[in-house]
Amino acid sequence: MIDTLNSLALGFSVALQPTVLFYAVLGCVVGTMVGVLPGLGPLAGISLLLPLSFGLTPTTAIVLLGGIYYGAMYGGSTTSILMRIPGEAASVITCVDGHAMTLKGRGGAALAIAALGSFVAGSLSVVALMLLAPPLASVALKFGPPEYTALMLLGLIVLSYMSSGPMAKTLAMAALGLLLGTVGIDVMSGFHRFTYGVTDLADGLGVVPVAVGLFGLSEILLVAGAAAPPQVYKPRLRELVPSREELRRSVGPCLRGSALGFLIGIVPGSAHIISSFVSYGVEKRLSRHPEQFGQGAVEGVAGPESANNAAASGAFVPMLALGLPSGPVPAVLLAAIMVHGVAPGPLLMDQHPHLVWGFIASMYIGNVVLLILNLPLVGLFVNVLRIPYSYLYPTIVVFCVLGVYAVNASAVDVWIMLAMGAAGYALRKLGFDMAPVVLGLILSPMLEMSLGQSLAMSGGSYAIFFQRPIALTMLAAASALLALSLRDAAGYGRRGWRARAGLGPTQG
Amino acid sequence: MSSEGGGGSEAAADTKPAFWTGGRVAGLVLIAAGAVASAETRSLPLGTLGHPGPGYTPLVYGLILLILGVVVALGRGGPTLGSVRWGELRHAAMILGSIAFAALMLDRLGYRLTMLALAAFLVGAVERRPALPTALVALGLSFGTHFVFWTLLRVPLPAGPFGL
Repeated sequence: MIDTLNSLALGFSVALQPTVLFYAVLGCVVGTMVGVLPGLGPLAGISLLLPLSFGLTPTTAIVLLGGIYYGAMYGGSTTSILMRIPGEAASVITCVDGHAMTLKGRGGAALAIAALGSFVAGSLSVVALMLLAPPLASVALKFGPPEYTALMLLGLIVLSYMSSGPMAKTLAMAALGLLLGTVGIDVMSGFHRFTYGVTDLADGLGVVPVAVGLFGLSEILLVAGAAAPPQVYKPRLRELVPSREELRRSVGPCLRGSALGFLIGIVPGSAHIISSFVSYGVEKRLSRHPEQFGQGAVEGVAGPESANNAAASGAFVPMLALGLPSGPVPAVLLAAIMVHGVAPGPLLMDQHPHLVWGFIASMYIGNVVLLILNLPLVGLFVNVLRIPYSYLYPTIVVFCVLGVYAVNASAVDVWIMLAMGAAGYALRKLGFDMAPVVLGLILSPMLEMSLGQSLAMSGGSYAIFFQRPIALTMLAAASALLALSLRDAAGYGRRGWRARAGLGPTQG
Repeated sequence: MSSEGGGGSEAAADTKPAFWTGGRVAGLVLIAAGAVASAETRSLPLGTLGHPGPGYTPLVYGLILLILGVVVALGRGGPTLGSVRWGELRHAAMILGSIAFAALMLDRLGYRLTMLALAAFLVGAVERRPALPTALVALGLSFGTHFVFWTLLRVPLPAGPFGL
């Protein structure tokens, strides 16, 4: 504990340096604007603005991108509440009661509750992250290649099980991502795979062009030709004060949402989206007045908004402790620090304490900055939505091309983004989730490497996965989840937790 | 406005299930992708189960994709192909075309001229905005982003004719 506090003190000494502080605030402001814009979620925002971080130190780069991430999580709720337009997917459920509160003249209070809930959840979950990551990192040092192989397989299965669509579709997308991840030089043998003579493909498909194509560009294509910008409701400052009754009713949902969100956030998958739906379901079930949900229940805003912000912090636990991304956003953040020559893994906390603890401390600061920024400046942020879409999306397209090109100064990456954008557009039209593709792409080389190392350790025997307790446990858990989803697909578990949480059908 | 999750579909009024659902078409595409990827690994050494070669994992992933494609194609539910609205397709095609132009010309025309043309095409030709705002937006985006990213942040961006 003393070690943790000392490390945190080190983190604050880094995060309170004027330069780092400046980039933390800048990230929060930019992230909030990204979150306000419909379609541009945290992932697309971080991917697009990745080039901004190239000229920075690794610490300021991750602080800036982290700020954009949780700024986008905050900003996404604003348009959900005021205009029933989710700024990003995790704010979809906030639309229901948040906008109903706006229609009742309580939009300002809903915004304040969302901001306070996000602040409480963000702060609590950073404490949890701080306490959980170091012991997990020391456990991870005992992991060998078989454990990492099992962990990555478990992660992919959990992601597929927790995704919103049918599991077969999600697994297919994960398999597609894994397949895309094999493009390039095979690190074990040096063979070129699927490169077709294009030297720029030798290093494999980059995370950034794939992520920007699948998430950013495909969203632009889906809403291309949209009508005029929507009406913007701007609350006055005095309307932002919630009543005592609203505050009292929000305390429980905030705390429950924080705990739920953090725990779900650690698990791979679109955790921040899932956590908001699960929190809404829990609050509705626990409420003495479930009939008020959908009509402007403040619990329907406080719970999900707390949960999705706590999940955002929870997602950093495996990233910082194990060097494994639990979703596309941590994956892009890992890619960002790798650009600066920092190798992710369980030794990250020991080898780069300034970076890790500076980042954790900057999350505390970011939460305070966002609380201060979000309420008084809400009118300013929603003004972004007044920009006609016919000017807005060409701007985003230019940033897509710029962001993707700048990573490797390669036009091939722009072609990859183009192909992924077209594929993402068609697949999303047909109801496929894109997050597993990106996670599969990132895990693929790691998985292949750890599988190869495991088999080298055992002289080619797969029994090694069954002789090591941790690997065996994780593989058993993955098998159990697969069996559960097969049961759902067969129709025996039609009302599984996903259906109850409103995450769609579970048939395969 | 967010379209996550396959936006644009409507419940079919017809009670008889349609054969060509989105899932079926997507499943067939996945089967094809899995088959092509598996076939492409023929040029790579496969190795053995215990000592996998460079073609081993792509083959496994390709086969998994193929099998899951079959499961998706045989699965029920999802929007029927006719109910998925493709109203934005023309817009989408023009955006994709303009990005293809940018990918082709970035290293030839340079960053500023390419982005100028890209933004001018999207705002002026695709969105049919008046000439003056189109010119201002295109100039602002191309030269503005170049100033911020190249001049201030030292992000390498290609130069074209006349140093532009």
